[in-house]
Amino acid sequence: MTVLSGNKLARQIEKVLPKAIIESSPQGLVVDKGFLLPLASYLKTARGLDFDYLTAITAVDYPDYFEVIYQLTSLKHNHTLVLKTRCYERDNPSLPSLVSLWRGADFQEREIYDLFGISFEGHPNLRHIFLWEGFQGHPLRKDYL
Amino acid sequence: MEVGNSFSQLDEAEGQVIEGLKARSQQPIADPDEWLEQELERNILVTSVDAIIDWSRRSSLWPAICFPACCAFELIATAASRFDISRFGMEVIRASPRQGDLMITAGTLTWKMAPQVRRIYDQMPEPKWVIAMGACAISGGIFASSYSVVPGYNRIIPVDVYVPGCPPRPEALLYGIRLLQQKVAKMSLINRGSSR
Repeated sequence: MTVLSGNKLARQIEKVLPKAIIESSPQGLVVDKGFLLPLASYLKTARGLDFDYLTAITAVDYPDYFEVIYQLTSLKHNHTLVLKTRCYERDNPSLPSLVSLWRGADFQEREIYDLFGISFEGHPNLRHIFLWEGFQGHPLRKDYL
Repeated sequence: MEVGNSFSQLDEAEGQVIEGLKARSQQPIADPDEWLEQELERNILVTSVDAIIDWSRRSSLWPAICFPACCAFELIATAASRFDISRFGMEVIRASPRQGDLMITAGTLTWKMAPQVRRIYDQMPEPKWVIAMGACAISGGIFASSYSVVPGYNRIIPVDVYVPGCPPRPEALLYGIRLLQQKVAKMSLINRGSSR
């Protein structure tokens, strides 16, 4: 499987969605969260990219921001890409949901909602998935406990 | 959305059950062993009846299924041919707790699962015994301070025998079963554990 270079892809995206990419490296892309949905939609449909499969979503709590990481795969071209986005609010962080593009995002976004408290706007069924109703706090945040 | 509403009602009910159980289970339940010191008080007539009843009980301990995590594999190994718990009259592992005498708690228990384990225990007919198998079952193990793990099964149900190990080897579990059989052998019809 080929890992696509973020630098090369960033130049291609710049023509379609200017200012969408904050950082690019050979390992992947960091996208402005306002452009997440149009960019994801572009990555899914653009000729030559065709990211038809969302392998995994995960999140990291950094001192200044939450980073949500999307691992995309194209089964058609057998290549993969790491897409990241950042969320600077701590009290009520939110991101656009990608369930409309990849159904596989459903449970994983619920998991991140549960454990990090990031709400995904446009998610059809954003409820607790691991923890129970009434659980206080978000256990995978670094300031939990 | 109708479906969403009914789901959220279910979620709220589930959350209340878990929070209620958690609030009631902050202290460990005492181990049932009150009959072990009472041997001298028995009279001769009852002891001979006791001996037969206890012999039949300890020789046919049927485990109820409660295998929430990885210790289950050692339990499966114990049940399989090399170690073979059917030597102790225990080969009948039924899916229904109504036919079980013994709960071998093989694995980590989360608070979300705890009401179901308590329900399985409640559904088992008297007399019933519990072996806490493995570090997680004894104290929560490495997850003891976690937000989601019950620190020991004795918060939820009374435990008779503790088998340490992570996981315990089948020999250790067999030794625990032998200890439980010795404990059952000392039970009396008169002063059987009534506190459960």
